Amino acid sequence: MKKVFVLSRNIVSPLGNTAKANFEALCAGQTSVKIHHDASRSEVPFCASLMDPAFFEGTPSFTPFESVLKASVADAVTQAGIDPSDPGTALILSSTKGNIGRLEQYPVTDELKKEVALTVSAERLAKHFGFVNPPVIVSHACISGTLAIITAKRLIDAGKYKTIVVAGADLITRFILSGFQSFHAVSGTLCKPFDANRDGINLGEAAATVVLSADPSSGNEKIIIGGGGVSNDANHISGPSRTGEELFMAIDRAMKEAGTGAADIDFISAHGTATVYNDDMESRAINLGGVQGAPVNSLKGYYGHTLGAAGLLETVISIESLCNNKIIPTKGFETPGTVEPISVCSTLIEKPVQAFLKTASGFGGCNAAIVVVKV
Amino acid sequence: MEQGRIYITSAVVLRNGVMVKDGSVIFRAPEKGAAFLQAAYEHLGIDYPRFYKMDLLSKAGTVAVDMLLRVHLGAWAYRPEETGMVLSNRNASIDADVQYLEASKAYPSPALFVYTLPNIVIGEISIRYKFKGENAFFISETFDADWIHWYVTDLVQRGLLKACICGWIDVMNEQPDGCLFLVEQAPAATGQLFTAENLWDIYNKDYEM
Repeated sequence: MKKVFVLSRNIVSPLGNTAKANFEALCAGQTSVKIHHDASRSEVPFCASLMDPAFFEGTPSFTPFESVLKASVADAVTQAGIDPSDPGTALILSSTKGNIGRLEQYPVTDELKKEVALTVSAERLAKHFGFVNPPVIVSHACISGTLAIITAKRLIDAGKYKTIVVAGADLITRFILSGFQSFHAVSGTLCKPFDANRDGINLGEAAATVVLSADPSSGNEKIIIGGGGVSNDANHISGPSRTGEELFMAIDRAMKEAGTGAADIDFISAHGTATVYNDDMESRAINLGGVQGAPVNSLKGYYGHTLGAAGLLETVISIESLCNNKIIPTKGFETPGTVEPISVCSTLIEKPVQAFLKTASGFGGCNAAIVVVKV
Repeated sequence: MEQGRIYITSAVVLRNGVMVKDGSVIFRAPEKGAAFLQAAYEHLGIDYPRFYKMDLLSKAGTVAVDMLLRVHLGAWAYRPEETGMVLSNRNASIDADVQYLEASKAYPSPALFVYTLPNIVIGEISIRYKFKGENAFFISETFDADWIHWYVTDLVQRGLLKACICGWIDVMNEQPDGCLFLVEQAPAATGQLFTAENLWDIYNKDYEM
């Protein structure tokens, strides 16, 4: 099996437009989650992390969703120094709702229904950057970003492509916000992942990208995607497993593929949405995996839940953790309160770190996990 | 590790008012959309009350997979984690999106919102049959047999799956368009070999004579 190296990474979020700027903001304890009064998205005030509207000005040939993706891909491609038009290079996109905002803004016609498809955005972006291979598009609820990384790793393992740009994004429109509100799943204040008093999610807007390759970069720090696994709860379409066994299956596969034991995992970047059920389920799966001793963080208190970008965004921040030997604390967490005990990281930890586990779960009962290692 | 070859042990096509299983038309009805799926559900004697709560994408998937799995006559030989689902379409959950959007102007309904993700059809089928293995939903402009063949073969060769339901399932303007395959790693030849060419042949055949 080939090693799959991380050549470059990017985050475009309200906290900054590079991975470095985002990591520094998190180290300084900044969050972009706040109360918004925006009648175009919700009749009532809501707590979320939203891009500055000014970001979207001046790119009329791209939709807002495409603009944020384009900015993220452009930075990652430049940093990696790759040529998207190389026949050995491909693009994988990840999103849950893509251009859904357009459906809210214009009369719903057959043309519009065809136009909002992710294939249209993927085509536009592939053309803009000059990718010659057809883009692969993953749309698998909130594991989309993590699954996109796993898919890229498998393609590179198999020798199908040498280099893959993996990018994901979602924006928070009235459609998405009202849906989560209808579930009574949205917290009115900053979310509290893994906390005894957690009461729901914050939603967030972002794009994130990693460039993966069979060839390592020339820099000193070499980061590899060690392994990945995907599973399904087969239990409920909008609620997680009661046992956590299925997320554990994904974790177990990822760790086995990476060849890492529980003691090798220096920290866990959890999904940590701050709903009662998700965080309990994750605490069970982490214990089943025997990794409950490792510090666990959730980044939802900084960015909210960025849906199809989340797996990518949280992986990028965690890679920064590997490179800087700093584990980011869980903003919003105060009092332990999960059904099984886990070691929630609540203050910035500075220590040598070699490997992390990233988990994700979503509607439809899906779970995914990856292990990322510094070599 | 000894590798059994991978076979397409069953295939179901669902389009233009016709339902085809393993090359034979098993149901034909003049109704469109929801009414067609309802008629198919009744005609095929499916008994699964959750069907009535589903959006059209999940209904189409439920009816097609029910037929697909009848080759096994209730005896499923695989553990939950050995069975996976890899589906694809062009329009994600567009019909459910429009339905939720219209309804949400009066009252945002969680029962409608949950179907506004394409992978919910995988979740529904996984719940019914307790499939817990690898699952993925991809979006492509048209059915991409090469991609589905590569992705599923890779999962089987990695030892992650022994059986997989894969293929295409889309709904646009209430019209279901599906072509699903049951593929299994079998020790002896059963059905057609799992190749991209055979997937294309089954998908492209004109069943409306």
